[in-house]
Amino acid sequence: MSISRRIADEQPDHFAFSAENKKRIKAIMAKYPKNRKASAVLPLLDLAQRQHDNWLPMKAIEAVANACDMPEIRVLEVASFYSMFNLKPVGKYFIQACGTTPCWLRGSDEVMRCMKDKLGIVSGQTSTCGKFTLLEVECLGACVNAPMVQINDDYYEDLDYMSMSDLIDRLDADDVPDAGSLRGRQGSQPEPEPTSLTNVVDFKDASTAKKTKASSKNIKAKSVSKSKSVSKGKGDDHA
Amino acid sequence: MITLTVDGNEVEVEEGSTVLQACEAAGKEVPRFCYHERLSIAGNCRMCLVEMERSPKPVASCAMPAGNGMVIKTDTPLVKKAREGVMEFMLINHPLDCPICDQGGECDLQDQAMGYGLADSRYQEEKRAVENKNMGPLISTIMTRCIHCTRCVRFATEVAGVPELGAIGRGEAMEITTYLEKALASELSGNVVDLCPVGALTSLPYAYKARSWELSHTSTIDVMDAVGSHIRVDTRGNEVMRVLPRINDDINEEWISDKTRHHIDGLASQRIDRPYMRGASGRLAEANWDDVFAAIAKAVKKAQPYEIAALAGDLADAEAMFALKTLMDTLGSPHMDCRQDGSVIGKQGQGGYLFNSTIAGLDEADAIFLIGANPRHEAAVMNARIRQNWLNSKLRIFRLGEAVDLTYPVTELGTDASVLENLVSKGGPVISALKRAKRPMIILGAGALNRKDSAGILSSVSMIAKTVNLVTPEWNGFNVLHTAASRVAGLMMAFLPAKGGKATADIMKAMEKGDIKLLFNLGADELDFSKRDSKTTMIYIGSHGDHGAEQADIVLPGAAWSEKDAIYVNMEGRVQHAQKANFPPGDAREDWAILRALSAVLGKTLGFDNLDALRAALISAYPVFGNVDTAQPARPKVLGRKQAISDLPLTTAITSANGGSDNSRNFYMTCSISRASVTMAECVKAFEANNDVKAAE
Repeated sequence: MSISRRIADEQPDHFAFSAENKKRIKAIMAKYPKNRKASAVLPLLDLAQRQHDNWLPMKAIEAVANACDMPEIRVLEVASFYSMFNLKPVGKYFIQACGTTPCWLRGSDEVMRCMKDKLGIVSGQTSTCGKFTLLEVECLGACVNAPMVQINDDYYEDLDYMSMSDLIDRLDADDVPDAGSLRGRQGSQPEPEPTSLTNVVDFKDASTAKKTKASSKNIKAKSVSKSKSVSKGKGDDHA
Repeated sequence: MITLTVDGNEVEVEEGSTVLQACEAAGKEVPRFCYHERLSIAGNCRMCLVEMERSPKPVASCAMPAGNGMVIKTDTPLVKKAREGVMEFMLINHPLDCPICDQGGECDLQDQAMGYGLADSRYQEEKRAVENKNMGPLISTIMTRCIHCTRCVRFATEVAGVPELGAIGRGEAMEITTYLEKALASELSGNVVDLCPVGALTSLPYAYKARSWELSHTSTIDVMDAVGSHIRVDTRGNEVMRVLPRINDDINEEWISDKTRHHIDGLASQRIDRPYMRGASGRLAEANWDDVFAAIAKAVKKAQPYEIAALAGDLADAEAMFALKTLMDTLGSPHMDCRQDGSVIGKQGQGGYLFNSTIAGLDEADAIFLIGANPRHEAAVMNARIRQNWLNSKLRIFRLGEAVDLTYPVTELGTDASVLENLVSKGGPVISALKRAKRPMIILGAGALNRKDSAGILSSVSMIAKTVNLVTPEWNGFNVLHTAASRVAGLMMAFLPAKGGKATADIMKAMEKGDIKLLFNLGADELDFSKRDSKTTMIYIGSHGDHGAEQADIVLPGAAWSEKDAIYVNMEGRVQHAQKANFPPGDAREDWAILRALSAVLGKTLGFDNLDALRAALISAYPVFGNVDTAQPARPKVLGRKQAISDLPLTTAITSANGGSDNSRNFYMTCSISRASVTMAECVKAFEANNDVKAAE
């Protein structure tokens, strides 16, 4: 794939950091020695991408190169290395689906199939409605809750065909669900129930009020997870 | 020193060496793709794996620092197996197109696959294919062949100083490209072709022209600038197919400029292959040697000795200049000059016109003051050396003259030449930096030496040299950056106005008035002869139909640089012998032989019948020519008297010679040969387009 095919055909003529982002750049730059401006390339690319509908036009690459005192090609090398940076426009919901071994063993193929069925897209494509873009990525580090996808900044975990389908429907209606396990699991707690730290001691003094609240929520979550069976393997969850 | 054992033999290497260097010191060959002596260490090809005692895995020897007491094995079954594994991975995505690949026969991958490749492939899947990239008119790209050693990327960034090449994407999707596929804007870009260990980057002008085993090699000297780079000319039959660098650490390391490498198609076009004479119609017509010699004899007879002059051009070899000078002496004319750019240099002794610090001395300099010099275009290989020094040390560079990007930061002092007078009287940051420096250098460009006030510039520089202690017994920091390959030889043999003689500008004026009736022009092409008096006769001796031949009355066909055994002296005063690689076309002859034959017709036979006799005469007259292959720096004379400097802006030599501000044009086309080259014309076009884009932005 040549560079012209990696990047968007239609490029904006202009890119400039917003006033707010300029302030942020100053703060970021302050963290690094004056002759090590290139250290800021990742946060700056991130800022640029957030400012520009989740993708980086070449003008943004040049703006970052300028700010970091780097040759343009060096910034493009970085931007094209990380799958988190998009060099082409993406949908409002940018879905990065993990296909690495743990997720794959736990049914990531079904999650992909769901998106193929519902949106008609495979990795690298944007749905016809323009709202969803799918990219298959390598491990995103949430293997305990596999399979999972990252949508914009949030992880949605413990997926299967049905929950992915629901997720797409809700996003399509711009009703963005809370991030985390879609099976209602608290963090990555063991299923069906905790096997350790089961005796939570309630301290009554004020300083631990927060903790108490947290543990009560914990118990609630537990009851939800009980009602569902644990998925045992690839693709036996949605039937 | 570090002592370690390689395959049972103890070797000593310097501290900071790598295991690979230690293996080489022990005489063991280690295969490699990404490692290169003159580039930073990448360690990404893994081909140089060796076994190290107490290490569970083989180690990449190029990236492993040598340590005391290490025990290295390079020839164990484990090493062979590891390298075979690496080679197998390398060949997974490498196409099997060696029969149509220009690198075939001189390919590192091909060679090393003979040693470490498997007989057949176990790979069943589809190979990847990569689109070719546009890297300008000199580099052909077939990127599917790329093995991602990143030598080209490191060269462009570190040596050439144009960080435009990079590797985008990752894993299987990784590709080498320039930013948005711009042509690589470097005067040294051709070197990436030599560096590429496979056929991904090959020479575009040479594409599909010859196979490496068909070529005969001649080791010789480059004449495109005054650096005197060591080159190898590859010929097939009588045709020069390509030019490659030879390694010489004192001069060009192992790089050459794009002009040196690619001007060679100009050697075969616009050639003067027989004598010409201006007939009654006023047009140049073909003639034979007897007729033109008779015509010259007639013209010489008609002219008084003081009405005869001689000029030598930028590509003239020492023998030709010596023959012409001897002829002028016998004819009794004092008017001769080898400085067609009108430079004032030459009368101040050898120390006054050489690059006294030597090119290798650039590595040691800690402060450089450039005056009217643009090393990037006037001596591209040398500029890479300054850049290397700047990368590795705290070298500071100051410049008085045109602000051109030199690939390293420069403190500008403006273009006003009279700043020098202030520096002498009041000092300034430059002066204090030079004073503090242990190895200060002043580099005077040719652009500062061909002005009306150049004498003033020279005396000011001389005074600065005195204040900053530029010349000490250990160090000589006074340097002149020449642009012409012939110049230093000419100055050394005093091809200069003799007593009462006229210099270039005066010769030109006298020709306009008709005071000089006969001019021997030995390849001087950068002058405008159109204004000369119609009664004057110009005899042009040279190889190419360029400005000089166009204006001449009689044209004698000379041999081009590749077609003669000749002596050239580089800007350090290094006398170098160039070798003949092919034969001149048609009736063309070596310049000295033409002059020798002509002298017999004139009845003033020169006292040498062959090249050896000529060289013996040259050395006995100017012993400095006998000291071959050594830089011959000398102490510059201290010039006391201060002369006024005008505030005319300082321009650099190449720009001022062609009267334009377009730097790329002026780099690629500076002499009659490079102007005849189609490849150089394409470079001009490509980089002009680039400049237009820049201008539009």
